[in-house]
Amino acid sequence: MIEIRWHGRGGQGAKTAALLLADAAFETGLYVQGFPEYGPERMGAPITAYNRLDDAPIRVHSNIYEPDMVVVVDETLIGAVDVRGGLKPAGRIVVNSSRAAARVSEEFAGFEGEIYAVDAADISIRCLGKNLPNTPLLSVVARLSGIIGEQEFFKVMEGAFLEKFAAKPEVVEGNMNALREAWNGAVLVNGDRDE
Amino acid sequence: MSKKNRMSGNEAVANAIRQIDPDVIAAFPITPSTEIPQYISKFKADGLISTEFVTVESEHSAMSACIGASASGVRAMTATSSAGMALMYELLYVAASDRLPIVMAAVNRTLSGPININTEHSDSMGARDSGWIQIYSENAQEAYDNMLMAHRIAEHPDVMLPVMICQDGFITSHAIENILLEDDEAAAAFAGGYDPPHHLLDPESSVAVGPYSVSPYVMEMKVAQANAMIRARKVILDVAADFEKTFGRGYGLFEEYRMEGAELALLIMSSAAGTAKVAVDRLREKGVKAGLVKLRVFRPFPAAELAAALKGVRALAVMDRSEGFSANGGPLGAEVRMALYGKADGIKTINIVFGLGGRDARVEDFEALYGELAGLAGKPAADIPYFKHMGQRE
Repeated sequence: MIEIRWHGRGGQGAKTAALLLADAAFETGLYVQGFPEYGPERMGAPITAYNRLDDAPIRVHSNIYEPDMVVVVDETLIGAVDVRGGLKPAGRIVVNSSRAAARVSEEFAGFEGEIYAVDAADISIRCLGKNLPNTPLLSVVARLSGIIGEQEFFKVMEGAFLEKFAAKPEVVEGNMNALREAWNGAVLVNGDRDE
Repeated sequence: MSKKNRMSGNEAVANAIRQIDPDVIAAFPITPSTEIPQYISKFKADGLISTEFVTVESEHSAMSACIGASASGVRAMTATSSAGMALMYELLYVAASDRLPIVMAAVNRTLSGPININTEHSDSMGARDSGWIQIYSENAQEAYDNMLMAHRIAEHPDVMLPVMICQDGFITSHAIENILLEDDEAAAAFAGGYDPPHHLLDPESSVAVGPYSVSPYVMEMKVAQANAMIRARKVILDVAADFEKTFGRGYGLFEEYRMEGAELALLIMSSAAGTAKVAVDRLREKGVKAGLVKLRVFRPFPAAELAAALKGVRALAVMDRSEGFSANGGPLGAEVRMALYGKADGIKTINIVFGLGGRDARVEDFEALYGELAGLAGKPAADIPYFKHMGQRE
């Protein structure tokens, strides 16, 4: 089972990204869970969303405490929220950041797993005209999770976007461009390994 | 043919309702059940259902509209949670005592205070004596399946009682999971139609619905209602048997999970049962004789059946996801002790109140609880408290 925990702020689309990742994994035949942890719903408040992906039916219905991957949608949460809490030693961290690799790596001193950074805000602003970092991050997470191939992922997401944005189809292309650009857009910041 | 899909519990229930295509839905939005009327509203706008969708100004009015519709001989439904169900309270009794087979999609949420949107069973447990049949769902699949069965149970001539199909707020209602959806035609055929022999608007066969009743009649009517609840047990099982024959998924009044030779058992409802099952699997691998009973039907309460299923267990934890403020534990704990007393004596029993206001219950929490049960099994019953809380900070 792969367990993923998303840390974002209300309005950044962490929940939507988790649900779309569940969609993608479902299309590959996996059993999936995608769920948010709800507190007071406010723009900017820290929120958490979760994914479980497995090849067997999933019965557990608790939050995720020992994730395989943590996604930091908003790097200002580092320090404010224990984003690393329970992360498996060989796990992965994906951070939305425009900072230099060394600076991102410093934030997670002592972590032995892989840390990836992607400037999701920049990709989003260029492709969508606004800062919605969840779409590029979704692409990075889908690739790193290893559950789905590039072309199949884009195909599934196009279908999902056409449904989700039925009332504003003009945003589908921008979202697809953000996914394509981000697929290989993350940089390993703590070493020269690659997956 | 069933089709693989993935959706939230709310979407699953909304799809069951779309397939059933009831005559009337009256609902008022309240988190976390709001999505259900939202989906219904979209289905209606898209022409996928012929339902009369009544937007009302409160849940009191929603249930009143359902009562009026149902009394006129059509299928009526609603969806609600928490304070919404509480605002319906007076009408819940009216619906049941008027013998109106209304179906409610209940999405369990904490009742105030403190005000909270997460899951707890205090809303439907508060309505446990209102005369509604109550069926609880572990996941989106069960919520969907239970909804497809609900009308056949409610409208059965031996029953004629309202039914609420419960699922846990957010944990089930808002989580995307895998689900098998049945074909629209097959689901609609299973739910069938509703053509009551008597209703308020039938000039050929007039009946009174909800009149004042004087003392010489009230007790007879209440006993008739109570007998209907007793008969519902068999109807629920018959409908489940037909469901299994039709769609292949079997349901009982409760599910026994790894109860063969079980010495330590939990009795639990809804989504937390899934998490506890994982704990049972882990313990069985270590040779611990752990088992679990997941109660599906809380009303009618299957007392004799539970006593038979639990006989032979050494220690039992009855899990209540609501605090009854009885000073002796929660409502499920009280009813299970009633069921066991004199029928399956000698089981060392403790009632655990857990998960209030959405407090998470982990696999490890249940593993630890089975460890505690192993300790209780060797203790004199007099030394075991009636109940305790689990998961709160001290």
